[in-house]
Amino acid sequence: MSCFLTKSSLGKKLVMSITGAFLVLFILFHMSMNLTAIISPDGYNAICRFLGANWYALAGTAVLALGVLVHFLYALMLTVDNYRARGKQRYAVTVTEPGVSWASKNMLVIGFIVLAGLLLHLFNFWAKMQLVEVLGGHASVVGGHTVAATDGAALIAYTFSKWYYVALYLLWFAALWFHLTHGVWSMFQTVGWANDTWYPRLKCIANVVATLVFLGFAAVVAVYFMKSCCSCCA
Amino acid sequence: MKFTLKIWRQKDAASKGAFETYKVENISADTSFLEMLDILNNNLVHEGKEPVAFDHDCREGICGMCSLHIDGQAHGPSQGATTCQIYMRKFEDGATITIEPWRSAAFPVIKDLVVNRSAYDQILQAGGFISVRTNSVPDANAIPIPKADADESMDAAACIGCGACAATCKNGSAMLFVAARVSSLAKLPQGRVEAARRAKAMVAKMDELGFGNCTNTGACQAECPKSISIAHIARLNREFLSAKLED
Repeated sequence: MSCFLTKSSLGKKLVMSITGAFLVLFILFHMSMNLTAIISPDGYNAICRFLGANWYALAGTAVLALGVLVHFLYALMLTVDNYRARGKQRYAVTVTEPGVSWASKNMLVIGFIVLAGLLLHLFNFWAKMQLVEVLGGHASVVGGHTVAATDGAALIAYTFSKWYYVALYLLWFAALWFHLTHGVWSMFQTVGWANDTWYPRLKCIANVVATLVFLGFAAVVAVYFMKSCCSCCA
Repeated sequence: MKFTLKIWRQKDAASKGAFETYKVENISADTSFLEMLDILNNNLVHEGKEPVAFDHDCREGICGMCSLHIDGQAHGPSQGATTCQIYMRKFEDGATITIEPWRSAAFPVIKDLVVNRSAYDQILQAGGFISVRTNSVPDANAIPIPKADADESMDAAACIGCGACAATCKNGSAMLFVAARVSSLAKLPQGRVEAARRAKAMVAKMDELGFGNCTNTGACQAECPKSISIAHIARLNREFLSAKLED
């Protein structure tokens, strides 16, 4: 089985599909959690306290990191295979075939943007929350202020008061949108749960999931940026 | 009509190829693309030059021999048609047309526009057949087959093995070809018997020959001259994964 998952083209694709499905589910959970920050910063911080340096949160983080790592490494492996398969001599003239999405042909490049956004996000939040607690601390200094490791709402407020973080995060969410529009329906195709009747439905579901994820994450950024711009909103 | 042709010329597999430009004139709009190349070759022979090598056979869209990547599209600008089924009326008078061979590591160029597609034959030999004894043709109603299954099988069996799928795929993947062969047999009772073994053997051979991995872009079905759906790739994935899980 291990041989099949590392050597066969369809086995490698299965790994991409399963890790992708896991990451999509996590993203939906994360987005739902973030929306709490709009409704109630205290409620959001309660979730942050729950997901601190507890064993279950650490185990979840480890599994999540493994999921991202495997998804990324397999993407690289598959792309190297595909590059070799295409051959050294490329077409002088190419066109975009009808019905072929831009995202489907650029998943690795989009994936790199998503990964870069993830690293920025880890620096902005995870390094000042769970990592601080793991290292035995309780607070970190952010923008000249001491912020408790469980005060996620304060970190959101600080981060999205900076226009450049707002721009970078929106770019990240846009890349994620493109990645999901292809990735979500593609994972069903890879495990064989698709047919001509279901393609329009699966692609619709993919677009809905991608758009919900974009809007859900972007709403938090937008609301906190507005709050920082307009004192009457705060 | 008259055209400027930019054609890939390559002496043999070991040589380095390059584009050469030719002009053809007095071409009727109802001339087929391959007939236009015949006219070009006739002119080249009269000029004492080497004619352009290209694959062709039946010239009616059923043998799968003709190939050619024309202006960036496998089998040229028509949907659901082979190169031999394209007529010059599809092009504008005076147009420059770029003609390239299939580009895929598994399809090395033999000469000019001719590529070696024996990799597809090797995949077929790995499992694209039924080994049960079928004897003489049975009575039409001896084995009831649902109409939908028969239709799906026939849709997949329309594959002519031309190689446009792998040639079009940005990953050089042969999945649509393998899927069509696996699907056409798996949907019928006599082919069903060996479906698991077939899927595993053909995928293993496809990987061994260096074809790429499917990333579900759908470019193959867009360029397939027989409009074979990627739903067959989903079926191949099902057949292969369920066979592997039973190992």
